[in-house]
Amino acid sequence: MTGTSNEIAPRGPENVLALDEVSIRLGGRQVLDQVSFALAAGEFTGLIGSNGAGKTTLLRIVMGLRAADAGTVRVGGKPLTRRARGVGYVPQKIQIEPDAPLRARDLIALGLDGEKLGPRLPSRQRRATVEQMLDAVDATRFADERVGTLSGGEQQRILIAHALIGRPRLLLMDEPLANLDLRSGQEIVELTSRVARDQSVAVLLSAHDINPLLPVMDKVVYLAEGRAACGTTDQVVRSEVLSGLYRHPVSVLRVDGRILVVAGSTVTADTLPADTSPANGERANGEPLAVQA
Amino acid sequence: MPGFLQAVFEPGFFASGPVHAALLTGAVVALISGAVGVFTVLRSQSFAGHSLADLGTLGGSGAFLFGIGPLWGFISAGIAVGGAMDLAGSERRSARDVSTGIVLGAVLGLSALLLYFDTTSSSTTGVTITVLFGSLFAISGYTLPATVSFAVLGLGLLTLLYRPLLLSSVSPDLAAARGVRIRLLGLIFMITMGITVALASLIVGTILSPALLIGPAATALRLTRRPMAAMAIAGALGTVATWLGVLLAYDSYHWPPVGNGWPVSFFVITLIFAAYLGSGVRFRRAAQATRRTPHEVIEAV
Repeated sequence: MTGTSNEIAPRGPENVLALDEVSIRLGGRQVLDQVSFALAAGEFTGLIGSNGAGKTTLLRIVMGLRAADAGTVRVGGKPLTRRARGVGYVPQKIQIEPDAPLRARDLIALGLDGEKLGPRLPSRQRRATVEQMLDAVDATRFADERVGTLSGGEQQRILIAHALIGRPRLLLMDEPLANLDLRSGQEIVELTSRVARDQSVAVLLSAHDINPLLPVMDKVVYLAEGRAACGTTDQVVRSEVLSGLYRHPVSVLRVDGRILVVAGSTVTADTLPADTSPANGERANGEPLAVQA
Repeated sequence: MPGFLQAVFEPGFFASGPVHAALLTGAVVALISGAVGVFTVLRSQSFAGHSLADLGTLGGSGAFLFGIGPLWGFISAGIAVGGAMDLAGSERRSARDVSTGIVLGAVLGLSALLLYFDTTSSSTTGVTITVLFGSLFAISGYTLPATVSFAVLGLGLLTLLYRPLLLSSVSPDLAAARGVRIRLLGLIFMITMGITVALASLIVGTILSPALLIGPAATALRLTRRPMAAMAIAGALGTVATWLGVLLAYDSYHWPPVGNGWPVSFFVITLIFAAYLGSGVRFRRAAQATRRTPHEVIEAV
């Protein structure tokens, strides 16, 4: 198993999300090159890659915000429409002023029907649903605070509740850990994993560091140079697989239960793909490529 | 009527036709200004509000020159400019602000020329004052139905788009992911804002109309955390300020210089500013929570 885009997890009706040879070119650069993978119901998947690897573009394609040049995307077995139904989305960050009159509970309620026209009538059932969701993400304490005054971690909790209150089968999270300190990041990962399991929602969470996700991840989709490798961590995060993705010698080191990916010095020439240029090989000096501890 | 009330409500206040028109216009315009103002702050678009008002000067001064009612000048300028600003709008906010600023300067220069022609052709500076500082008492029976209709249209649009507007002000991506057409939504909001600024210009003039838009909204943001309540409070504040302004302006005919009333816009804006200051004393929050609003109001006034 090389784990490159040609060999993917089996596809079937039980898949919540299936990408088949999805390619897109943006600004003259091949951002995604025949990316294929599939997520089964309830799976927690890390979408790992360095900055500019195409993680956000991939998520935007799955959401239906951007059309791929080639390939097919199926959500819940159906081809993608303008509004990806059954998909919840947590953006990397939101821009809202601290004095904006919008409480945490208001934002969560917008997850139920924020796209609908006309005023919303108050309903006991809706209030109860919002309370449940507040409780599920441990946000009852700041439910009545303005969203703009909350910390990054608190905003993430509210956004997760906003995304999950509509009972999606797939939750997309764009770099939720990028603006959080280590501890809040760990809390968000654990919370997402717990809530997703309770609601049997598949999670596709993008990150540049794989380590915070190791305890909860069922599967990893590793993006590099527009190509993707998909499988379990042990299948994908290996020197020969990542070297193939990067077309550059890469070593995967495991230190203290953490994974460190460095431009390889321990990878021998015969494990490298044939198309790796000697110039790249000579640069192998332990410089971190994508993932750091 | 007791002596005190008689002193406050000058004889003839409630019987005056222009007063009725002014009170009705003031109320509907204050209501829509409050609602649009809250969304303007939520969407961080107060610069667009300022620009729309400044560019409305062109419509107002042009309308006088060609003998059309100022309402139609303001409205057509507001809708055209609001739509154009949105369609030409760049994704990058900084680039958008620079290009808006440059267009703004050019159009104000043209407005200066038209105002000059207005003044020389009618041998009076009254037009300039009316365009720049408004004249609520000049709203004739002919303009009244149109003014109210535009305000009702704007309020209707906001009611219809309330939830998508709220969602997209938090994050455009979040709204787009739910199937909201955010470009169309932004365009409709800018046109609604154009209509609102045009109506506010009728009352307080193009220079002060952003203050009517942002002032009550900024005060409301200090008093509530709920979006719907903020819009209701802003609308109510604006209405009270406008009505009191009309009353004081009516009374001021007997103040020095006797025989010349003080402008309504002076009273309206002063009351709005006082309410804002008052809300700050009563609801002193963390400095961070209200950091932006004082700046905006000073800029607006």
